[in-house]
Order: sequence, then structure tokens, then C-alpha cells
Amino acid sequence: MKTNWNRITLIAAACAVCVGVFATSANATDWGPYQVDDRRSGYTYMTDESRAMQVDSFQNPGMIWVEQGADLWNETNGKAGKSCASCHGDATESMKGVAARYPVYDEKAKKLQNVETRINTCLEKNMQAEPYKWESKEMLSMTTFINNQSLGMPVDVKIDGAAAEWYEKGKAFYYERRGQLDMACKHCHEDNAGGIIRANTLSQGQANGFPTYRLKWQKVGSLHRRFRGCNKQVRSAPFGNGSDEYLALELYVKWRGRGLPVETPAVRN
Amino acid sequence: MPSLKTLIPAIAASVLLAGTATAGDLVSYKVVDYGIPSSLTGKAGDAAAGEKTFVNRKLGNCLACHQVTKLSAHPFHGEIGPSLDGVAERYEEPQLRLQVVNAKEINPDTIMPAFYRTEGLHRVLKNFKGKPVLTAEQVEDVVAYLKTLK
Ligand code: HEC
Ligand code: HEC
Repeated sequence: MKTNWNRITLIAAACAVCVGVFATSANATDWGPYQVDDRRSGYTYMTDESRAMQVDSFQNPGMIWVEQGADLWNETNGKAGKSCASCHGDATESMKGVAARYPVYDEKAKKLQNVETRINTCLEKNMQAEPYKWESKEMLSMTTFINNQSLGMPVDVKIDGAAAEWYEKGKAFYYERRGQLDMACKHCHEDNAGGIIRANTLSQGQANGFPTYRLKWQKVGSLHRRFRGCNKQVRSAPFGNGSDEYLALELYVKWRGRGLPVETPAVRN
Repeated sequence: MPSLKTLIPAIAASVLLAGTATAGDLVSYKVVDYGIPSSLTGKAGDAAAGEKTFVNRKLGNCLACHQVTKLSAHPFHGEIGPSLDGVAERYEEPQLRLQVVNAKEINPDTIMPAFYRTEGLHRVLKNFKGKPVLTAEQVEDVVAYLKTLK
């Protein structure tokens, strides 16, 4: 049989045009607040289904943790006989903006505090209560509830003054190769964001949606859980939840996503 | 996408590394002109075994990043690295061997893991410490498989 090359060329040319048009329109997608300059939220790399699920608070499965957190907020806990509300009142007022500016340098503790370590400081020092275990139902509920109070606010962390040292430490971590597979964060999230690794589309690895509801986890998870997962993926020994290493990395990764909106609880694949 | 051919600055590095013996239990090898001329095991690899190692997610997991049309029965080919269709026509065996053994000698900034290296790694998980991703034999099998991609 004789191949009709002219026809094939025509089809190929038409396809090239289609691909071209598609690529331009994809580039031109207006992600609204989910993109600031070249910084894109993980939201922009998700499927339409996950995006729809995230923005509809009736459908967003992470909202269960927000509700649980709201209950805990008002519960008396510890020997001092106080609840969070005893000191902080209405969380919709007092906790607004916290997720956007944390982690922050704490002069008293002489270290960086993120939302989780701050909650535990309050529990122990101000309420004389037991600290929450990392990744426990209580910790995830409280952090999801607190971070949700900043929904839509642009991430704006401080990296000057005493925080500068932590920022530099986090940055060094981000660019350091590790594990048997010898990769740094930047190899996946800076060099190859938008690329497909096995079945996953790599995002820029932004921190603005945490705790995030991951369909794979079937629950919300903390940013440090994600860090541990990314470390183990390259066969590298992870650091502990709440470790200085991850606190520094959290500050640096938050800074990379400056201006992106807080999305807690984000929905991710 | 950097390729073996476009990475001129790395030539100097590969010349410096020529003759460097690999420490530990690894077989030592010589890097010459961007390649490792001799087999790590002294024999030719087995292409059929190499295909299995290539696909296996716990071993080569090469499809995490590369596409191979002949392997389209296996789902989820990544797009981080180039398609390996016809790679045997683009490169000689020594170059393919070095790319698998330690791609960083060609492109120091590559994301591609070195599959036969234990030195200079940072915070390796306990079970993988001191071990290369692939054994010398598995590397040779994978190289033999790559040579079938014409
Ligand atoms: C081998 C590739 C790889 C490396 C290296 C890697 N990650 Fe990831 N990371 C992924 C994948 C895959 C996902 C899930 C899809 C996505 O959001 O990119 C992910 C997700 C994330 C997310 C969640 C993003 C969101 O919007 O929910 C964060 C944050 C993150 N990574 C940070 C890091 C940091 C920090 C490092 C280094 C310590 C790192 N990653 C190293 C592959 C990697
Ligand atoms: C995490 C990603 C990743 C994995 C896993 C990976 N590669 Fe690669 N590979 C790349 C990239 C990126 C390149 C492009 C050149 C460079 O950066 O080294 C490449 C280049 C190559 C080349 C040269 C191809 C060309 O046309 O220039 C060969 C051959 C190759 N890889 C073989 C393999 C084999 C065999 C395996 C598994 C044993 C493997 N790769 C695993 C990312 C990867």
C-alpha cells in the first residue's frame, strides 16, 4: 500500500497548530491570586476536580478538621483551667493573619516558632496542659483551624533580624543534595516544576496550603510530614517533625511562596 | 534539556576523574572521553534482565523520568528526562555506561541519580547506606538493554 505522505504531513501540521494554540492558551491561563510573578501555588498544578473540591467549603474534606479545631479552641484543658479562647477570644479575629506571617522568631524561646510549636508552647506554659503530639488528631485539627483563619491572605514572612540566620539555613537545605538518589529540593521543585515524574505532576512545592488534605493520605497532613515524605522519596534520612532543620526549611519555603494566598485546608493529589 | 553532547564544560572534570578508583566495595573504573570503556563485571550484560531492572520501581525505576515506546505496556512514563527511543544510535556503549554509573560526571547539575556510586552522598537512609542503587551486574544488564534501543 502506498502511504499518502501529503496527507500525513497535513495532519501533522494541523496537529502542530493545535498543540501551539493549546500551549499558548495554557501559558496565558490567568491563575488570579494563585500566581504571583513566577511563583505558583500547588493549586495551579492540580486537576480541575481537586481545585473544585478545595474552593467549595461544603465539599472540601479538610473542613472537618477546621470544625474539630473550633471545638478544641473553646475546650478547657490543663491545670490552669483555661481554654485557648480564655486568652485569645474569638479566633476569627485573633488568629487572622497568623498563618500568613508564621514561622516567626521568638525572642523568649530564642528560636523559630511555627504554628505547631507555638500551640504546644501555649499548652505547656499558659495552660499547664499536655502538649499535642505531632500529626495527632488534636494537632492537625488545631493547626488547620488556626491557619484557616488566614484563608486568602498573602504569605508574608519576615526573614530579616534574628530570622535571617534561619532563612539562610533553610535555603542551604533546599539546595543541598541528599539521600542515595542524591537530589535536592530544587531538582524537583525548581528545575522540573510542571514536569511529570511517574504519575505525578511536580509543583513548585509551595507551603501555603498546609495542613493540606491529600487524597493519597485520605486526611490532612502537616508541612513537616510532607518534608519527611520528600526526603524519604530520595532515600534520605528524614529529620524530626518540629526539628530546627525543618523549621528553617519551613521559613525558606514559605518565603519562596511570598504573596501566594493561604489555602488551608488545600486539597492535593 | 542538557544532553551528553552539549556539556562541554564537564569535559575538564571528566579528564580529572579519569583513573579515579571508586572506594568501598565498588568495582573501580576508568572514565575516558565521557565514557567508561570496559564492562564493570568484565563481561557483557544480559539485555532481558536489564529490561526488568530498568522497569522495576525499586531498582532502576528509569520510567519515572524517561519514556520508551517499546515499554508502553508499562503505565506512567515520566517526562523529566529525554525519551530513550533510539538512544543506542546516539551514544556508544562507554557513554551509556557512564550515564548510568554516574550521570554527574557528564552534567554535574543533573537530577538523574548515579546508579553506581556510594561516595560523597549525604544523609542516606540506613538501609541504603554504603550501597549503590544497582550492582555492577545490574548496571551491565541495563547497559545491554539500552543497546537494544535502536
Ligand atoms: C524526587 C522528587 C522530589 C524531591 C527531591 C522533593 N520533592 Fe517535594 N514533592 C514531590 C512530589 C512528587 C510532590 C507531590 C506533587 C507536588 O505537589 O509537587 C511533592 C510535594 C511537595 C510539597 C507540597 C506542595 C503542595 O502544594 O501541596 C512541598 C511543600 C514539597 N514537596 C517540598 C519539598 C522540599 C522542601 C523538598 C526538599 C527537602 C522536596 N520537596 C524534595 C517530589 C519531590
Ligand atoms: C530522576 C530522573 C531520572 C531518572 C530516575 C533516570 N534518569 Fe536518565 N536522564 C535524566 C535526565 C534529566 C537526563 C538528561 C541529561 C542529564 O541531565 O543528565 C537523562 C539522560 C539519560 C541518558 C542520555 C539520553 C540522551 O538522549 O541524552 C540515558 C542513556 C539515561 N538517562 C538512562 C537512564 C537509565 C538507564 C535510568 C535508570 C537506570 C535512568 N536514566 C534514570 C533523568 C533521569
